[in-house]
Amino acid sequence: MDKKFRITEQPINIDACIKKVVRAEAGAVNTFIGTVREFTKGKRTLYLEYQAYTAMAEKKLSQIGDEINERWNNAETAIVHRVGHLDISDVAVVIAVSTPHRNDSFEASRYAIERIKEIVPIWKKEHWEDGTKWIGDQKENTSYEKDIPSEEDMNND
Amino acid sequence: MIDVLFFAELQEKVGSEKVSMEADGLSVADLKQKLTQEYSSLKLDHAMIAVNEEYAQEATVLNNGDTVAFIPPVSGG
Repeated sequence: MDKKFRITEQPINIDACIKKVVRAEAGAVNTFIGTVREFTKGKRTLYLEYQAYTAMAEKKLSQIGDEINERWNNAETAIVHRVGHLDISDVAVVIAVSTPHRNDSFEASRYAIERIKEIVPIWKKEHWEDGTKWIGDQKENTSYEKDIPSEEDMNND
Repeated sequence: MIDVLFFAELQEKVGSEKVSMEADGLSVADLKQKLTQEYSSLKLDHAMIAVNEEYAQEATVLNNGDTVAFIPPVSGG
């Protein structure tokens, strides 16, 4: 429970994630909460299923914490990502970054979510009204299968 | 023997999350060829590769006991 970078099958406790980075030197805690969206370009999601390569995913989340420390002075980061079945509006990911001043915490938090979409082995399976699909390559905004329109691969920040 | 892990769509194609196979001394590229011969519908071109939980290149040579994972484009967050 004390791990600062983890994958969980349970609902995420947002306060617990934030508390991991609260400390006396920090004057700012920025929290990013990623939730399950119902409609993407008019297409209705019923629920999502997330899968992770857990051991490696936790290492890569921790690496993102290290990268943040190289780029922003005196930052503390905690990231929790949920896997399994998630319903609409469920919390999929929580990122908390504390820094002495607010600007760094905003920037570092944004950096963390972008890096998650690049290097952390976690996958999302969309369950729509009319079918299912594993989503890939959101940063490029294209699917790794070519037979489906790119808009369905999410403008998913 | 090495363990090969599959995720997301690749896992559904193979029908298993893990297979064990003889691959001591083979490169990752050799292993990919071997797997696509065995599973004709398996497309590994867009997958990144991890050896022992770190991203690796096609030229990486495998040893007994290694765990290789094929990582299709990720979609967390």
